Amino acid sequence: MAVSPEKPRCFQDVILRLQNYWAAQGCAVLQPYDMEVGAGTFHPATILRALGSRPWAAAYVQPSRRPTDGRYGENPNRMQHYYQYQVILKPSPPNLQELYLGSLKEIGLDSSLHDIRFVEDDWESPTLGAWGLGWEVWCDGMEVSQFTYFQQVGGHDCRPVPGELTYGIERLAMYVLGVDHVMEMPFNDPDSPVPLSYGDVFRQTEQEYSRHNFDGATPEMLLRHFEDAEAECARLLAFEATDPKFHGRANVMVHPAYDQCIKASHLFNLLDARGVISVTERQAYIGRVRALAKKCADAFVLTEAAGATL
Amino acid sequence: MPDLLIELFSEEIPARMQARAREDLKKLVTDGLVEAGLTYASAGAFSTPRRLCLTIEGLSAESPALREERKGPRTDAPGPAIEGFLRSTGLTLDQLVVRDDKKAQVYYAVVEKPGRKAPAIIADVLEKTIRTFPWPKSMRWGSGNLRWVRPLHSILCILTTEAGAEVVDLNVDGIVAGNSTQGHRFLAPGRFGVQSFDDYLAKLRAAKVILDQAERAEIIRNYATQTAFAQGLEVVEDAGLLTEIAGLVEWPVPLMGPIAEEFLGLPPEVLQTSMKEHQKFFSIRNPATGRIEKFLTVANTEAADNGATILAGNGKVLAARLSDARFFWDNDLRVANEGMTLWAEGLKSVTFHNKLGSQAGRIDRIALLARELSAVTAADAALTERAARLAKLDLRSAMVGEFPELQGTMGRYYALAAGEDQALADAARDHYSPLGPTDTVPTAPVSVAVALADKLDTLTGFWAIDEKPTGSKDPFALRRAALGVIRLILTNDLRLNLLQTLVEPVRRNRAAMPVVTSDEAPSLSSDRVEAECALTPATDLLGFIHDRLKVFLKDEGIRHDVIDACLAMPGNDDITLLVKRARALSAMLSTEDGTNLIQGFKRANNILTQAEAKDGVEYSFGPDIKFAEGDEEKALFTALDQAEASITPAMRTEDFAAAMAAMAALRAPIDAFFTAVQVNSDNQLVRRNRLNLLHRIRTICGQVADLSRIDG
Repeated sequence: MAVSPEKPRCFQDVILRLQNYWAAQGCAVLQPYDMEVGAGTFHPATILRALGSRPWAAAYVQPSRRPTDGRYGENPNRMQHYYQYQVILKPSPPNLQELYLGSLKEIGLDSSLHDIRFVEDDWESPTLGAWGLGWEVWCDGMEVSQFTYFQQVGGHDCRPVPGELTYGIERLAMYVLGVDHVMEMPFNDPDSPVPLSYGDVFRQTEQEYSRHNFDGATPEMLLRHFEDAEAECARLLAFEATDPKFHGRANVMVHPAYDQCIKASHLFNLLDARGVISVTERQAYIGRVRALAKKCADAFVLTEAAGATL
Repeated sequence: MPDLLIELFSEEIPARMQARAREDLKKLVTDGLVEAGLTYASAGAFSTPRRLCLTIEGLSAESPALREERKGPRTDAPGPAIEGFLRSTGLTLDQLVVRDDKKAQVYYAVVEKPGRKAPAIIADVLEKTIRTFPWPKSMRWGSGNLRWVRPLHSILCILTTEAGAEVVDLNVDGIVAGNSTQGHRFLAPGRFGVQSFDDYLAKLRAAKVILDQAERAEIIRNYATQTAFAQGLEVVEDAGLLTEIAGLVEWPVPLMGPIAEEFLGLPPEVLQTSMKEHQKFFSIRNPATGRIEKFLTVANTEAADNGATILAGNGKVLAARLSDARFFWDNDLRVANEGMTLWAEGLKSVTFHNKLGSQAGRIDRIALLARELSAVTAADAALTERAARLAKLDLRSAMVGEFPELQGTMGRYYALAAGEDQALADAARDHYSPLGPTDTVPTAPVSVAVALADKLDTLTGFWAIDEKPTGSKDPFALRRAALGVIRLILTNDLRLNLLQTLVEPVRRNRAAMPVVTSDEAPSLSSDRVEAECALTPATDLLGFIHDRLKVFLKDEGIRHDVIDACLAMPGNDDITLLVKRARALSAMLSTEDGTNLIQGFKRANNILTQAEAKDGVEYSFGPDIKFAEGDEEKALFTALDQAEASITPAMRTEDFAAAMAAMAALRAPIDAFFTAVQVNSDNQLVRRNRLNLLHRIRTICGQVADLSRIDG
């Protein structure tokens, strides 16, 4: 689809422009991962593909869930469900900053009018056992993206180093569109036959999920599911590597195991939102999820997708 | 002589690391050059967000040739000796020189090192500097293995002489040193070549980059001060923030904007903290009202619309932040008006330390101790206890949750909002002080009692569970707490027996520890056993406080041995008394009489100690003047009588200066005595009398301090 040269007029226009831009830069434009995650980084296209020697270039929208951030749709920019735009390029190209600035221009943030800066912000995910160095990118004093050079994932050094860009799309779009409350932001073209606002799409779900996250979800069930996911992850990885039904070749179930790790992580977030995890327990839960992530990373680096010779 | 210019151009260097990086670059490169035999006249380092720069003037063009000779073994020495010499010099036998040396022939190794040209040396030194640069955190990027703070893109390295500029031949992992750089990312993209440091400076400026961080800071400061002044306002000074902002921009463009009316009612500290922490804005204050009315942001670019868009955007972000702050403030005030019970309840479930129980338990202990200490600080006991109970409740407030650095500050606002006494509210704000060696020390009696109780509870708690600082590890800032105790006591002239004060809190902290149920564990049933168990850590803690006191007094110029001489005296846990004594002793030792008196005292003490050891008796009988032989001996009797008559009452009134003066007056008679008199006389009666006389010197001086511990 052709992108209009003027400023974006609605939320989805911002997304479409980012998609087109990164496609033009040679990224595989993937679709969101079909599970509940807290951030685009959890998508296996980022966290697992950050490992190993194989080059990689992908971009995608990832719906992200942060149960504790639920505000019943009333906060101008805080929600328990929002979108991240995620770009990962491995190895990080030397002009990654320029490419990124190009993407801002594409959605209407021109450096001749705006003050764009790279302010130190090192990234660390205790649940994924991953860290990197980089910045938060400021546009006129507002954080619009996270820019990270991954150094380690699941305890493994990243070689080559991937560069990761994460845009909080709602916030970015609100700024570009001059909207003060996320629910008032036009989702599709305001001149469409059926003009929809972000609130038309998400206000009710925010209300429902806020109640669910804080009061509705059954802690005992969440805890049980957490333990099931934890056990299943380990069980899947404990299988014999060779698969008799697949020509007797190596076929380790890394991605299915990682799905269980993602599940455990989201269940932990739900338990946290329900307020049933004490400060000391918190660390222990994070450690348990990290142990799963590490196991998956350990297994992934031995696979073909990681460039390992089998 | 050539000048050297180095620029390491990278992606954005964190502002907080730049100052240290400038120093490191300068030191590593100049040290390396000097070590390789070069000399230089001057060096200067600069940084912007994207570059680290070093300029060296008057560098020598090459290192001098060196000739080194080493003498080896004799030619007839055993084989292994000669082999060892060859190994250590890296030469072969035929490369050695043989010379006559007195009676024998001796091998010499002569090593000639030719001089090296500066560019070769620079290339080595710079490469090593880049590869070993001590960044607090560094990273790899792309497919490479090189580490830098963020991806390193180019190296400029030129030597400039009258003949022109020469690029130093250097290649670090594919980054080839050149003579070009780039200007401002947005305002002047594109590379340009440079010939010298002056040329570099001028071209950077034309390309919208101000190299010198101090100049950038000055531009910001000037603009802020003048613009504020023109509007009848003033800038809230913040040197740390200024340095940080100067490290975030290459071309500073300050912009001032208003804060919306609806937020002006927030406490100024809240506005200031929110703007500084989240947005890196300066606060602009109305001096008449003390209110913060405007913000100042510093953009890194000159925008086509003169910054209107940038300012509007920043204002919008600020409004969102301050809406949050106002939401916290309104909610907190509601809780405060209800007596803060919600927060007090909440602190029951907040763990202070897993071995020391909850924050609420800690507050109970502090309140008890503060009540006890109120007698020492002359504060109202009930008010002090209440102050201690309320002082930390703001830890549960939403505002402190968001801005931990506002702890205490918010406590004061909330206490006042709850209608509490002013002295109590001040104690909430001030009881964390002093935090450092130069921080203001509270003086209001209630604040002092709560501040002291707070620190003593921390110290006794961690001593009770044996989590003391080790080496550089002091995760609970216990050294700082001990220094706080010392400064609170000294500034306020508090008189208390610290050891006794420590025992009970140690016991209470132990009681807070989770009960370990074990069949073998003895039950601490009786109070006496508990008190004894608490005495050991309390005594150890007192030793720790004494150690901190030594460090503190050392800054005052008081030596360790002087403090040891005073620590050996009874009542050494009364810090005020101890320091009075140490200051007087130190002052006395700075006089000539004082130093000489120490000599005389030590001589007397040594002779006496030896005699006592030899004779197996203690010469503590009073000496009798009728056995005194010469005038000098008689004069000492008189002098000691006089000294004792002055010292004893002076000690009773803690007039250490008078006591020291009286003691120093003994110097002349003691010296005269030792010059004229032989203590170990053949006449046993005379000898015993003289030893008893020396004993009087020991006793009289010993009332003041243990002089035997003084060095020298």
